[in-house]
Amino acid sequence: MKDNKKSAGSKIAGFFKWIGNDIKEIGVTFKDGDWKTRLSFVIMGFGPLMRKLYARGIAFLTLEILFFYYLFSFGLGYLVKFGTLGTQESGWSDTGLRVYGDNSFLILLYGLLTIIIIVGFIFLWRMNVHENYREEQTIKQGHQLKTNRQDLHSLLDSNFDKTLLALPVLGIFVFTVLPIIFMICVSFTNYDYNHQAPTRLFTWVGLKNFKELVSFGSAGFGSTFFKVLIWTLVWALFATFLNYFLGMAVAILINKKGIKFKKLWRTILVMTIAVPQFVSLLYVSKMFANDGLINSYLMKWGVIDNAIPFWTNPMLARITIIVINVWVGIPYLVLITTGILMNIPEDLYESARIDGANAWQMFRKITLPYMLFVTGPYLLTSYTGNLNNFNIIYLLSGGGPQNIKMVGGAGNTDLLVTWLYKMTVNDTNYCMAAVIGIMVFVVTAVISLVVYGFLPSVKDEEGFQ
Amino acid sequence: MAQEKKLHKQHKKAGNAAAYIVLILISIIWLFPFVCIVLQSFRSYKLEPGGMVDYLLPKTFSLDSYKFLFSKDCQFFQWYGNTLIIAFFVAIGQTIMVLMVSYALSRMRFKGRELLMRFWLILGMFPGFLTMICLYFLLKNMGLTGNGAIPGLILIGVASSGMGYYVCKGFFDTIPKSLDEAARIDGASRARIFLTMTLPLSKPIIIYTALTAFMAPWCDYIFASYVAFGTSKKYNVAVAMYRWVNTNDYQGYFTRFCAGGILIAVPITILFMCLQKYYVEGVTGGAVKG
Repeated sequence: MKDNKKSAGSKIAGFFKWIGNDIKEIGVTFKDGDWKTRLSFVIMGFGPLMRKLYARGIAFLTLEILFFYYLFSFGLGYLVKFGTLGTQESGWSDTGLRVYGDNSFLILLYGLLTIIIIVGFIFLWRMNVHENYREEQTIKQGHQLKTNRQDLHSLLDSNFDKTLLALPVLGIFVFTVLPIIFMICVSFTNYDYNHQAPTRLFTWVGLKNFKELVSFGSAGFGSTFFKVLIWTLVWALFATFLNYFLGMAVAILINKKGIKFKKLWRTILVMTIAVPQFVSLLYVSKMFANDGLINSYLMKWGVIDNAIPFWTNPMLARITIIVINVWVGIPYLVLITTGILMNIPEDLYESARIDGANAWQMFRKITLPYMLFVTGPYLLTSYTGNLNNFNIIYLLSGGGPQNIKMVGGAGNTDLLVTWLYKMTVNDTNYCMAAVIGIMVFVVTAVISLVVYGFLPSVKDEEGFQ
Repeated sequence: MAQEKKLHKQHKKAGNAAAYIVLILISIIWLFPFVCIVLQSFRSYKLEPGGMVDYLLPKTFSLDSYKFLFSKDCQFFQWYGNTLIIAFFVAIGQTIMVLMVSYALSRMRFKGRELLMRFWLILGMFPGFLTMICLYFLLKNMGLTGNGAIPGLILIGVASSGMGYYVCKGFFDTIPKSLDEAARIDGASRARIFLTMTLPLSKPIIIYTALTAFMAPWCDYIFASYVAFGTSKKYNVAVAMYRWVNTNDYQGYFTRFCAGGILIAVPITILFMCLQKYYVEGVTGGAVKG
């Protein structure tokens, strides 16, 4: 613990030192620089252009022009309203005309975008200053500057990473990073059914939503949240480990000496992966319905008198989902474990057999430890994946059966993610949905961090070699 | 001694017999729903109930449900085509993105590499549905909802796919670096090494990435239903057929759902079985490396 604190402290100190050095370098560049460099502080890329590095110069200059064009024609208008998220509500004028007011949603979104772009521009400006500094140093030392051709060619060679990553990074920024930051912001607003953009305004409310999440009242989210959270954790536990052990058992069975048609058995299982889940799971869900195939056959044969309420009894619905998930999961596990099982050195079993070990002992002492060691990371990702296993819940039970004691439309088999989805689509309670989303992140991150440290294959990489 | 051996043999035989029984049972359980779908798709919704019934074999074998799908008053093939287009372009785009990111992260060492990987790892812990509403409005501002749903869905499918580089990077890591170094000494640029050396060696992982990317849009219900809301021409199969089963009218559409499901599942299954080898390689590689 002490170590952690110390390293955190030194990291912060290091950060400030880095900033200090940076500012110092900027100052030195300005003081010692020639007029080209100094003018570059205002007109970016001026230095490189004058030094005939057109590629770099034009890139800097274009970006600067684009930035200011964006800022003044578009971004600034949204940025100034960012603090209030709009004050002018849409409505009707006296003459009956529609008057468009502020759109809180767009103000939040573009305000954020503008802030991020400004931060990006500051970094770009810093790069521009450093570029001038570097060029001057190179000239001072009597070296040749790289030519434009070399510059452009380096994008395919030593700077190939920048070429490769430019598009993916941009895509991830616009379609993942920006929306996530946006939704984190939404969790601090009152963006819900009564505050729908664009007709109504929403605004900042601080931590109110988070307080509501843990408030235990009749309308509070507290009891529902913890119920759903516990079921999510329990579900992921069953979904991961039940599948894991049963899948391994099937794989061992297929691998057993003397069993023929190994490929056929495996192919039958693998085939089920290929069928799109929305076909197979929707069908299976209907199969277990009150008027579905299972119930009607059981009634026809006289096994039961009344339909088994697979989807309407809360406990039974949960069990049914876990069982059907075994059906979904085993083929993957067979695929994954078959190869690993065959990698276990045969002489380990040979010597165990000589010592008189039976099959169960061999499994306990050799197979299982080996498998756990190798697939430890997989189990972790599988667990966190199951926490967010939307498809299976949504297609099978839709989160039902409904529970009137729960708020936000949550049902007894709802996971946090399906609850989040319902809250977004049915209740349009975006701010609480955002809070739930952040909670899912927190749960995933905490479990990943804690478990990762305990994984044998991380602690002791050479353990089994 | 001889007797003991015989006993052992008998024991083994019994064990194997039990194993076969279990395997056959497993096969039946796993194939049962698919057999049911096939059988029900051949039930006529005109002569028999079109919904749930308490028998498995249709009383009369008919192609009514399939005829309905091919008929003019059903847009099934429009939806099928939409999904095919989305799946095709997402597969290409996603593969290119993943290959670019994987090569950069596996072969190049640049400033901020570790930071980028850690940052993406953390981003991956946010649930995808969190950002759904925001993505929807982003697309709407670009005019890519409703009538523009197809390019919109392709864009969303491709844009952030670079984050799923793990399996592919793991594969690149196993290609010896000495190959790259030798080529560099001969004066080949990074781009040339990537295009002419690494890519031809990566056929399995390219097929794996493209295959998984191709299969995903066939299941994409949630976001697709949001983006294409109200424009039935632009639905994909999952959205359209989910409506068939989950409306009050599903009793009439159940056999048609089964028939549609067959038409979707059969080509994909055949494709999958042909490329199975690569899929298994990808999945096992990914699982072991985490």
